[in-house]
Amino acid sequence: MTSAADEATGRPARLETQWASARRRARQLERLRRTVIFLLVLALALMFTFPLIWMAITSLKSIPEVYSYPVVWWPAVLRFGNYPRALAMFPFLRYAWNTLQITVPATIGVTASSSVVAYGFSRLRWKGRDLVFYLVLATLMIPQWVTLVPLFILFNNIGWVDTFKPLIVPAFFGDPFSIFLLRQFFLRQPQELMDAARVDGASHVRVFWQISLPLARPALSVVALFAFIYNWTDFINPLIYLSDEKLYTLQLGLLDFFGNYYVNWPGFMAASIVVLAPITALFFLTQKTFIEGITFTGLRG
Amino acid sequence: MIGTMPRSAASRGSAWQRLRRSEFPVALLFISPWIVGFLWFQLYPIVGSIYYSFTSYNIMQPPVFIGLSNFQILFGQDPLFRQALTNTLIFTAVSVPLNLTIAFIFALLLNQNIPGRAIFRTCFYFPSIVPSVAMGTLWIMLLRTRGGLVNVFLGFFGIHEIAWLSDPNWTMPALILVGTWTVGPTVVIFLAGLQDVPRVLYEAAQIDGAGPFHLVRHVTLPMISPVILFNLVIGVINALQAFTLPYVLFGNGGNPGGPLNSALLYSVQLFQVGFKQFQMGYAAAMAWILFVIIFVLSLISMRLSLRLVHYE
Repeated sequence: MTSAADEATGRPARLETQWASARRRARQLERLRRTVIFLLVLALALMFTFPLIWMAITSLKSIPEVYSYPVVWWPAVLRFGNYPRALAMFPFLRYAWNTLQITVPATIGVTASSSVVAYGFSRLRWKGRDLVFYLVLATLMIPQWVTLVPLFILFNNIGWVDTFKPLIVPAFFGDPFSIFLLRQFFLRQPQELMDAARVDGASHVRVFWQISLPLARPALSVVALFAFIYNWTDFINPLIYLSDEKLYTLQLGLLDFFGNYYVNWPGFMAASIVVLAPITALFFLTQKTFIEGITFTGLRG
Repeated sequence: MIGTMPRSAASRGSAWQRLRRSEFPVALLFISPWIVGFLWFQLYPIVGSIYYSFTSYNIMQPPVFIGLSNFQILFGQDPLFRQALTNTLIFTAVSVPLNLTIAFIFALLLNQNIPGRAIFRTCFYFPSIVPSVAMGTLWIMLLRTRGGLVNVFLGFFGIHEIAWLSDPNWTMPALILVGTWTVGPTVVIFLAGLQDVPRVLYEAAQIDGAGPFHLVRHVTLPMISPVILFNLVIGVINALQAFTLPYVLFGNGGNPGGPLNSALLYSVQLFQVGFKQFQMGYAAAMAWILFVIIFVLSLISMRLSLRLVHYE
């Protein structure tokens, strides 16, 4: 704080140091604020991650250690043998193969059909286009149980229950969410590119196949990724349509395993981690695509 | 004639004429997968479920038309229906605002200039990738009365053992607690929204003397109100239909509703009725009531959005 007297006698030096110390205080305060926030976020992140860490630790314990009280924080012996023992009782490979047989075709189906449909709603002009598109979006509001019951009856009547077909076939007819995402992407493609090709005599199909689709690769990866994860982790649909144990998916199989072996927490946690591993690996490999996809959805929602 | 190819109807005419012609036939071709899918997997089931809701149908024998009986029983004499509905409404009313608030705060924190933001964001997002079955069973272990991590953690604060999964008073809080673990995607969406707010607005407000709370209340919240609305609507629709988590958490001992059915959610009850007791007509009726509820709530939130949401 300077006084009038100081200014009158012309003491710029003191003004400078007072301002400098005020700036230093502000910087220190800012650094303190950032440190506090960092510690807070760190604590929250640890709390969020701890359950998973605990899952891993538990998978290496012995059964009595899980039930002892007070809590055993770290097993006396790291029992990696829990894993092969669990896998001997949990047919991981068969369930994984089943899940793959469903997920891969479904992902291909959703991506292919949604991009074709999205193109029709974005790069082509026709009367009522946007109105029908709102109808597409409106179907998102329909609770899945409304369609699930009659669909089950329908599939039962044509003998598709207890096969993978009800889980794969619908994917080939477009998914509103994916259509929405892809349409947004197609809409932002430059019109001139297409007009040029059309003027040269290319049909719409060619424009779609050779111009729009290749350009849409980022959006297609997001759609494919989301579809893969949705199908891989789906529980309700396999639960309803699959009753033969040999056809169980990983999720279904895991719950079934839990029912029989839940007393053996370490073994079950080991099985859970094995089930988690593929999707975890996929997530870390494609994180960027993932986060971009979510962001894109939310901002455009 | 050698050297000339016949031109199709669509490519005749000048270039400009071709561009301007209605593209409806081609468009029809492109969207035909969706049309077929809509008719087969949406329209037909919707009409079908209206029909089934007026019947009694147990798959083995053909459906028997019984008029409004299903609805009469549902509203008049089915205590499980009422309980499931109440539980689900309470669950939605508590968990959705709670999760939104938590996600918003996390996003605000992550938006600050601290090192390792990407890693933290991953930490918050990753749990929502965990498939619900693995998540449910993990939390069964964490919520054990003795030795479960949650009670151990609370023990540090002097709170003694809560029987999360066996005490009817605590099952709903348990469900809500587990639900908060999946706020990851909401955080990411909020974060993106926050980063979209132009800095000049904050700076202008700060020049006018606004402190941090004022900034949040008068700049941040209005500017991200579309994002809040989006998360709210999605959150409500998902919460009303929650199935896998409650089913796994409580479905393991015969009664998937938990002690005294305190954790019975609507979808779980629907599943029981339709796929365990094979009363498909009754289940269809329940599904329609849910549809109406969701529809009404969506309309309400759209009305709210007109008044409360600030669009650029």
